[in-house]
Amino acid sequence: MAAAASIFAAVPRAPPVAVFKLTADFREDADSRKVNLGVGAYRTDEGLPWVLPVVRKVEQMIAGDGKLNHEYLPILGLPEFRANASRIALGDDSPAIKENRIGSVQSLGGTGALRIGAEFLRRWYNGTNNTATPVYVSSPTWEGLVSGGGAHIRTYHYWDAAKRGLDLQGLLDDMEKAPEFSIFILHACAHNPTGTDPTPDQWKQIAAVMKRRFLFPFFDSAYQGFASGSLDKDAWAVRYFVSEGFELFCAQSFSKNFGLYNERVGNLTVVGKDADNVQRVLSQMEKIVRTTWSNPPSQGARIVATTLTSPQLFAEWKDNVKTMADRVLLMRSELRSRLESLGTPGTWNHITDQIGMFSFTGLNPKQVEYMIKEKHIYLMASGRINMCGLTTKNLDYVAKSIHEAVTKIQ
Amino acid sequence: MLWEQQVSFMHESLSRSSEEAQCSCFTQTPAWHRSCCSAWAPRNVAAVPGGGTRGLCPFCPYRAAARLLVSLVVRVLLSRADLGSCGAPRRAPSFSLTLRCSFPSSSWWSHVEMGPPDPILGVTEAFKRDTNSKKMNLGVGAYRDDNGKPYVLSCVRKAEAMIASKKMDKEYLPIGGLADFTRASAELALGENSEAFKSGRYVTVQGISGTGSLRIGANFLQRFFKSSRDVYLPKPSWGNHTPIFRDAGLQLQAYRYYDPKTCSLDFTGAMEDISKIPEKSIILLHACAHNPTGVDPRQEQWKELAAVVKKRNLLVYFDMAYQGFASGDINRDAWAVRHFIEQGINIVLSQSYAKNMGLYGERAGAFTVICSDAEEAKRVESQLKILIRPMYSNPPLNGARIASIILNTPELRKEWLVEVKGMADRIIGMRTQLVSNLKKEGSSHNWQHITDQIGMFCFTGLKPEQVERLIKEFSIYMTKDGRISMAGVTSGNVGYLAHAIHQVTK
Repeated sequence: MAAAASIFAAVPRAPPVAVFKLTADFREDADSRKVNLGVGAYRTDEGLPWVLPVVRKVEQMIAGDGKLNHEYLPILGLPEFRANASRIALGDDSPAIKENRIGSVQSLGGTGALRIGAEFLRRWYNGTNNTATPVYVSSPTWEGLVSGGGAHIRTYHYWDAAKRGLDLQGLLDDMEKAPEFSIFILHACAHNPTGTDPTPDQWKQIAAVMKRRFLFPFFDSAYQGFASGSLDKDAWAVRYFVSEGFELFCAQSFSKNFGLYNERVGNLTVVGKDADNVQRVLSQMEKIVRTTWSNPPSQGARIVATTLTSPQLFAEWKDNVKTMADRVLLMRSELRSRLESLGTPGTWNHITDQIGMFSFTGLNPKQVEYMIKEKHIYLMASGRINMCGLTTKNLDYVAKSIHEAVTKIQ
Repeated sequence: MLWEQQVSFMHESLSRSSEEAQCSCFTQTPAWHRSCCSAWAPRNVAAVPGGGTRGLCPFCPYRAAARLLVSLVVRVLLSRADLGSCGAPRRAPSFSLTLRCSFPSSSWWSHVEMGPPDPILGVTEAFKRDTNSKKMNLGVGAYRDDNGKPYVLSCVRKAEAMIASKKMDKEYLPIGGLADFTRASAELALGENSEAFKSGRYVTVQGISGTGSLRIGANFLQRFFKSSRDVYLPKPSWGNHTPIFRDAGLQLQAYRYYDPKTCSLDFTGAMEDISKIPEKSIILLHACAHNPTGVDPRQEQWKELAAVVKKRNLLVYFDMAYQGFASGDINRDAWAVRHFIEQGINIVLSQSYAKNMGLYGERAGAFTVICSDAEEAKRVESQLKILIRPMYSNPPLNGARIASIILNTPELRKEWLVEVKGMADRIIGMRTQLVSNLKKEGSSHNWQHITDQIGMFCFTGLKPEQVERLIKEFSIYMTKDGRISMAGVTSGNVGYLAHAIHQVTK
């Protein structure tokens, strides 16, 4: 009945995405001590997902509002969402907003925002269809950034494994050596996977080099508020670049700071020289959106817009965000103090120096394998752990296991 | 101070010329400029509509050299300025002494052209501005009830209430989407008794409504269907098909479909063209309720199309955006899809729940590949995930969850079938009323195609001049090709519409 050889006979099986495979393996593990320190989603101290109370509240409001329907959003998204999302990133007093030279594209999560921005740059940056322009991502970076391929992805030095901190000199050297007009993807805060961010002074140095060499800043902001607990503090770098006169993109995600992971709420903020340029850019981004998803999903955007436009709900949200950030900070200090009192070889201050959801522990692949196989503690081969996977109940077990891994395995 | 003033003046004049986004050397000797500037910065020359190029060279090396010279002169003359390295002058200057560090005042985006306005949006914009109380918007591609209002299905409201009460978490979906949804979606399209469905020789991934599902499929074919780069669309087809496939890296061709003389299917032309399509090309077919014409093949014609497509060994891509919405019967609307599969044609399929469940803005859709066997389906699925991940990681939950609850909850599914039939019946009723009203008006034209056609859209056969008059004289808005959305017609305005059409066609 079927035709001769299938046209798809030669389609090879693709390897699974590592981070999701880790979670799948964790789920199948029957060991009662198991801990999932893999995928980047917030967990409560009971190890459970947490829907923010303000989100539940707003969801019930939306569900009960008989006047709402499911009509198409505009191609660029829900206007109240777009404007407020960008305002969150750039600040209420942003000169760029006052001068009406910003644009926003509601996107499917941070990934979607990166995708629209990347496709726009491919078409319109540094000439037209100048696909030779290199794109630089940090070494290491979040795996999703590079999974889209693209021949001209290069890396810039970022993580110094020896000192377990930022390799600023390497970073600046790479920026000096990069061809002019290269695109640099910068993590706005809470670098994924290292948790290591430049200090304000270091950001200033980075900005100076980028300005001089005409490098394009493309910010990836997935953790605003979630990193330090303060929205403004976590947006400092983006706002500094804007104040320095840069034109830039900022891909925002509301997956973590709103806990809206599966609703795919993101925003691409565009900062340009003037309104006219921004309008033309948006018109071309519309064309890209139209053939990718036509118009974005409304549920998540409604939740965020409702929250951001109500002073009371906004305050509640900031409070919820601080709750998450504070728990992460607590886990960091608790883990560090346990490792230090265990006398685990090495220094462990990087655990509290780092910020956000992730920590680059410094464990090597063999030690990671030990953790997974012998201790049923799941973490990425890079040694990255999700601090949210730690709870007061499993801290001791994890600390002891790290101690064992470091002392037994080299 | 005199030197500083002079330097400042030079700096200003250099900045001003870059503000004009036109390199001063360009106007003098374009060819020379192009060669020097494109060597240094490839983006410097861009085409403008209507021909020609625009120089936009804020980084012209000749001006950079001039700036450098000025800054050197200044450094020599102003010995108290302790400059250090670029970007870190120790004394904040009143103007930038290190001129190479100042930003060009022109933008990165000076050369970006304004995208063309969307023709359909233009219709809606004009409609909104019109103050005529009798105005009608027949461009809208969304269902309206008999009061002209958006319609949220009752089964959708019930599903939403169930969801709200369960207080579920918001964890990421798998890349391929909500499993209950994709399984139910495949079953809806293929039929529960379908051998392909029961054997598991298919993969269905959740997509961002119809567009997103089409795009995933297009990307998949671009990467893995090596036999051809050509996608054959019916003439005409939905306006967004062409850019979707083009952006995915494929090429567009066409086969005859609509016969403007009869406002119906040019079956002979279609068969002729399709029988000449090179083997192993991709052909796109609208499963039901062809957009924009509303013209569907009859079942006998579908059988012949399946035969010729099989003979030519074409890869069939079905776009099914209106299952249930066309005839009111989900099985009838999926007949072509199921027939092709039964004939041994392993199709690929995109589905949308925007219209048939009214879930427009929730973006619920699916993309399916019928495979040789379940093992192949697993390999294809793994590759689909690789394509989806960099686009948006994983799909949005809300719409898929609503659709899944409806499809998988017997009472809600029953209710949905009644409601979707209700929408289809209202449309069919409006078609009938429009034709009978036209007769009442005394029109001598043959308007049978209005009731022969099916689905949301109707190709009236009106010419651009007639459309123009409808807009200007009667405030009835539609696209220039004479396409109307039956969803915009109500029992309250069908008489007015018939009257107007008669006026411009008598």
